[in-house]
Amino acid sequence: MSTETLEKPIKKESEALFSKRRQRIVSDPLNEDNPITVQVLGICSALAVTVKMEPTLIMSIAVVFVIVFSNLIISLIRNLVPTRIRIIVQLAVIATLVTLVSEVLKAYNYEMYKVLGAFVGLIITNCIVMGRLEAYAMGNKPYDSILDGLGSGFGYAWIILAVAFFRELFGSGSVFDFKVFEAIGWTNFPTNGLMVDSIGAFIVLGLIIWVQRAKTGYVEN
Amino acid sequence: MELINIGIRSIFIENMIFAYFLGMCSFLAVSKKVSTAIGLGAAVIFVLTITTPVNWLLQEYVLKEGGLTWLGASFAEVNLEFLQFIMFIAVIAAMVQLVEMIIEKFSPSLYGTLGIFLPLIAVNCAILGSSLFMVQKDYNLSEATVFGFGSGIGWMLAIVALAAIREKLKYSNVPDGLKGLGITMIITGLMGIAFKSFIGIAI
Repeated sequence: MSTETLEKPIKKESEALFSKRRQRIVSDPLNEDNPITVQVLGICSALAVTVKMEPTLIMSIAVVFVIVFSNLIISLIRNLVPTRIRIIVQLAVIATLVTLVSEVLKAYNYEMYKVLGAFVGLIITNCIVMGRLEAYAMGNKPYDSILDGLGSGFGYAWIILAVAFFRELFGSGSVFDFKVFEAIGWTNFPTNGLMVDSIGAFIVLGLIIWVQRAKTGYVEN
Repeated sequence: MELINIGIRSIFIENMIFAYFLGMCSFLAVSKKVSTAIGLGAAVIFVLTITTPVNWLLQEYVLKEGGLTWLGASFAEVNLEFLQFIMFIAVIAAMVQLVEMIIEKFSPSLYGTLGIFLPLIAVNCAILGSSLFMVQKDYNLSEATVFGFGSGIGWMLAIVALAAIREKLKYSNVPDGLKGLGITMIITGLMGIAFKSFIGIAI
């Protein structure tokens, strides 16, 4: 996985707010160290919501929120938590944040809450969140951990948004419920039922991984 | 009859992996060898069959609105549903721990086979997912048990099949960028198409 955990920055003077190293913390997970396509984490819960762009966007925001704040909280208390019970502590923090997200969604966007259903709750077992807590937040300072959370969150978000874009475009002929093909005068666009189905998500993701890895040159043994 | 239907539906049609993408992390990570896939599959069935009914009882008698009425009439309006996620995940973590201790005591050989997979199951989305779906679908206790068991069987079926395919795949020539995760996702999609043919089966 990542090597960041090993690096313990010893600095005499305070580091710039957006130093090179910190920019890399955010930019690495977007492409070269992407949580989904390279680290193979967090495919579990969120693929199911990628039928349409809108729920996917809500889901991405929820996941980014949970990763950033759980990273921050765990990083703040990292020296107080005995290593033996850290998993339970991490799960408790994540579950609390996810409950928060779910209650907010229920209060302000009930329609979307019903669409996402059980999948909001499943952010708890999203491996990216746990993975970042284990690999980064347990050994790094709060501000760096926030940046790391942002990087991983956005790296995750753009992949599932890309999957959702293709699935909605070919499955329903629209983007954000805007009928693209009708707008350009193609009224009887043949929508592909396979794309709406879960199978479409697997295949689209497989192809996106291919394109992405071909560009970064990452090869798995 | 209804129970058999729920069982069949949860194994084939509403398969945890092909329909809901649950438990994908371990599905992708542990599907390189058939023998380990069988071990993990068995452990998942075991834990699912136990945690789903336990979480059902918890939901029915503690978390649901009015669920605490058995404590006295004054509890009739208590609604603890916002605690659902934390309680469910706590039950799952505790159950996994318990199952691990029981297996270690009574069947050291099975314990040796399952090894590190048991603790990993606590963060397998399929387990939490099955509990959340069981609430969403309003099952009763026996239906929830069958649903948990069936979901486990379906999950095991999927991971063992994928592991078998991946063992064969070692000898084929896959484009570089597609190696590993990419081709596995596409295979999973194709397997999903096969599982689609079960739609509509009912007894």
